[in-house]
Amino acid sequence: MVQPAASVHSNIAPQVSVIVAQDLDLTFQTADGPVQALRDVSLTINKGEFVSFIGPSGCGKTTLLRVIAALEHPTGGSITVNGMTPDEARRNRAYGYVFQAAGLYPWRTIEQNIKLPLEIMGFDRAEQEKRVSNVLQLVDLEGFGKRFPWQLSGGMQQRASIARALAFDADILLMDEPFGALDEIVRDHLNEQLLKLWARTEKTIGFVTHSIPEAVYLSTKIVVMSPRPGRITDIIESDLPRDRPLDIRDTPEFLAIAHRVREGLRAGHAYDD
Amino acid sequence: MSAVADMAPSRGARAFGAVSGAVLPVLTVVLAIVAIWYAASVMMNRAWTLDQIQRQDLEMTTMEIVAATMTQERPVLPAPHQVFAEIWNTTVGEPVMRERRGEMQGNPRNLLFHAYHTLWPTLLGFLIGTFLGILLAVGIVHSRAMDMSVMPWAIASQTIPILAIAPIIVVVVSNLPALNNAVSAGIISEDTKLLVPKALISAYLSFFPVVVGMVAGLRSPRVMDLDLMRTWSASRGQTFWKLRLPASVPFLFTSLKVSIAAALVGTIVAELPTGARFGLGARLLTGSYYGQTIQIWSALFMAAICAAALVILLGVLEKFTLKRMGAQA
Repeated sequence: MVQPAASVHSNIAPQVSVIVAQDLDLTFQTADGPVQALRDVSLTINKGEFVSFIGPSGCGKTTLLRVIAALEHPTGGSITVNGMTPDEARRNRAYGYVFQAAGLYPWRTIEQNIKLPLEIMGFDRAEQEKRVSNVLQLVDLEGFGKRFPWQLSGGMQQRASIARALAFDADILLMDEPFGALDEIVRDHLNEQLLKLWARTEKTIGFVTHSIPEAVYLSTKIVVMSPRPGRITDIIESDLPRDRPLDIRDTPEFLAIAHRVREGLRAGHAYDD
Repeated sequence: MSAVADMAPSRGARAFGAVSGAVLPVLTVVLAIVAIWYAASVMMNRAWTLDQIQRQDLEMTTMEIVAATMTQERPVLPAPHQVFAEIWNTTVGEPVMRERRGEMQGNPRNLLFHAYHTLWPTLLGFLIGTFLGILLAVGIVHSRAMDMSVMPWAIASQTIPILAIAPIIVVVVSNLPALNNAVSAGIISEDTKLLVPKALISAYLSFFPVVVGMVAGLRSPRVMDLDLMRTWSASRGQTFWKLRLPASVPFLFTSLKVSIAAALVGTIVAELPTGARFGLGARLLTGSYYGQTIQIWSALFMAAICAAALVILLGVLEKFTLKRMGAQA
């Protein structure tokens, strides 16, 4: 099953492709026997793309994101991040990761939370201060640095956790349902802000979501996945303009893409149960 | 002013309401306990008074009999006022220091003197126990081998009755050559030497709550918190200092409160079989030798006061620490 790495490398143009996965397999050994979380996943993500992973629970979208982040290791196939193994890429600070919960440490202020990865990576104090004020501005949280997390709303906490992921200048931002726990109004607002942030920073973003409108609104590429075993059923390149107001969601172009995503989910028998 | 504003209770009135709302139930409980105590002491001491009446052929009214049950010198159950009078007389009513053989030294008639002799090894034992407990917990959390091997022993250690091994510890420790050499070399005094086994027994009881609490605390970070550390390629040391340790602080304080009370019990128990002359345990023992029930009860109350003071002290420290760590006010 494992392909020689050379054959993968030969397919890519290194200056464009950031993440290249080829025939990825991942089987978890559980008490109930082996569970295939990913099967034959092949995917290329280019620099500056906004890629959404969408699918029902158990389709392996989070697992795929975790494989990219070297939090899980594939049992077959190959994957490179910035031309390196995911482990090497992590050590080179290739990505920032945002979880569904903000995961801010309650005993640290917002500022100290953002400093945490910087402390771990050994930035000096002056540099830490500079970066904290930069990213706080980037997520519109100036003036909240001295607050503790519980003093902020859920949406603000999640913005702080995005700031924390941006603080050490990773080129890739991996987001695992970052707005899943927030209400729809806050979510719309954060989606808008995220697009602006993406335009300003030119990061490559991998974004896991349950929501079809969210995926279509945000992405340049939508990866539709289906469960048992987790696999990719469709990859949709979005031709929507990069500058997107919220009301683009009422245009026929938007609805056409949303329809195709829905069809992809249906084809994967995602609605069976 | 409008009628609505007049109807709203003032701030002072509400504060008063809150205080009286807490004071009233507390007072009720205290009064009930005192009442039950008086009733029990009258009933339990009555037999001796009636016996005296019969032997001396006295005539006494019921009220006189009741009064007599509360003024006995060695009652089965001393009345509350007798205990508190004894505590007052042996703390405020006695000098703390006295002159003996031309030297000023602690006065063994003063209960505070005994409390001091119990508190000092308690604190020492508490510190040793806490340190040991944290150390073991760190090992257990970081090493699977220690997790499998140490925890069963820690649990087993607490199933042994402390009363059974206290004399063993005292005999072994007081015969340690190193300790005896230190005494003969004048590095530590004979009194300090007596303190060592007490502190060790106290540590023996107090390390366990810390181990259990700290293992839970160090393991309290969620999977997500640990994953986040991994995405930053944090070392085990960094994960410990920046995540596990701060996350365990609330657990630590909870177990410290249990642990310091256990340490006090440990010290008092250690004083019983050692023939200690000083300390609340020694006071309990001499009290029971001579049937001085009032002395026993006053020593018990002093022990309870010490325990409460230590736990309150830790509570204040906890509030202060957690507040600095961003706890919600």
